[in-house]
Amino acid sequence: MSSRKRRKKLGGERLQRIIDLCRSVEERGLDPFIVNVDDVIAVVQEYFPEWELPKEFCLDAEAIHQLASVIKLQSDWVRHRSTSLYTDPFLLEDKIRRASKEELANIFLRAWSPIVELEQISPHSLAEAIKYWQGLLPLSERWLKTGSLKTEAGTATREELIHQRILAETVFSEELEMFWEELKQRVGGEGKIPYWDFVGAETYPETLRRAYMVSFLVTYGYATLEIHRLEEEMFLKPFKKPKSLLGKEQLVSVPVSVSVEEWRRWREGERD
Amino acid sequence: MKRKSYYARKIKRAAHLLFYKRHKKPGVKGWELKKRLGSDYPKVLNILDNYLEKLDLKIKTVFEGEKPAEKPTLEELSKARFYITLRGGLKPKETKLCGWRIDDIAGLAMSISYIISKKGRAPREEVEDLLRNKLPGWRVNINMNRYIRSAYLAEDENKQLYLDWRTRAEVDQNVLVDLLLGAEG
Repeated sequence: MSSRKRRKKLGGERLQRIIDLCRSVEERGLDPFIVNVDDVIAVVQEYFPEWELPKEFCLDAEAIHQLASVIKLQSDWVRHRSTSLYTDPFLLEDKIRRASKEELANIFLRAWSPIVELEQISPHSLAEAIKYWQGLLPLSERWLKTGSLKTEAGTATREELIHQRILAETVFSEELEMFWEELKQRVGGEGKIPYWDFVGAETYPETLRRAYMVSFLVTYGYATLEIHRLEEEMFLKPFKKPKSLLGKEQLVSVPVSVSVEEWRRWREGERD
Repeated sequence: MKRKSYYARKIKRAAHLLFYKRHKKPGVKGWELKKRLGSDYPKVLNILDNYLEKLDLKIKTVFEGEKPAEKPTLEELSKARFYITLRGGLKPKETKLCGWRIDDIAGLAMSISYIISKKGRAPREEVEDLLRNKLPGWRVNINMNRYIRSAYLAEDENKQLYLDWRTRAEVDQNVLVDLLLGAEG
């Protein structure tokens, strides 16, 4: 083995030992000052020029990361010591052991201000509850309603199922893809379209359906929402290819109100 | 006159919000008070606090992190939780009103002060060993579970005990440690 290889091997082993030591300090609650930070940094610096492979750089980074955790523990320890809450644990333990139960309780009462919290029913809520109770059907009747009805087994055609809205005419994923295509066609050169211009339709139920579909487009990564909070504007931007952002980015929910009033306002704006 | 009735109304509302438990935890967050009472809620709380003084009660503010060294900012206040607590302490005879026996309180005092001395974290086993010095063995586990249930203490999956939100809201930790160290025992 060449001397370079030997040195790299030795460096790797030393870094691994540093990582293990720092980990045990953190996990087992050992005194963080057993790690000599200057020594560790000297070792890391000494072997750094030797590293060439990503694996070796990862080990180096891991050693630095673990050392940073230990430095944080050291800093916490110093901060705690400097606060007025710091007391010698042995002294306090000794005091606790020697104090009688009565003494401990009396001391605690001088430092304890229990929270005042009330739970009380009001005449108004009682009246509301009685009203609810009077309107509540007996269990026997409610169970009767939800009980299954016995029907003769038969056959139904696909058309009948579509008519009864059990089956959709197109598979949902196909419908979503069609909707995505429509969005891509309707965005201008800017690559985006105002939310209401895309969602808004002739009728309110259709607007709701479109808003529902848009929510899936955004959730499934076919498009994204661009929100300008100050201007209170919202745009839809389709992606060229669906992107799965799950687990890659912090996803946020954006509540969008699609009320009748807003739909009417949009319609009036359209007419103007 | 108008101004007076404005604040009288707000104070009543603030008292209702603070006294009655509305969520799982008692107390109200600053942002919630702002929403219900308006942006001058710190002033409303101040007036209510003056009223409560006569009844030996006070409004206590518990900040999310450490207590700010200077006047808290509006953001810190908005994240803080506000409670109504006793202003003075309880007399030993009064503790029964809270449903606590003297043994329970002594055990709680010991557990809290021991955890403080261990930088806010101690293994449950160690705390229970200390409790066994003064309490019968069969009571130790029951008491410890009660402290955890009441949110004075919290326990993690490694059986480590911490101080929970109720201790932070109700116990003046500095005073407790000072009193213990000054005790003659």
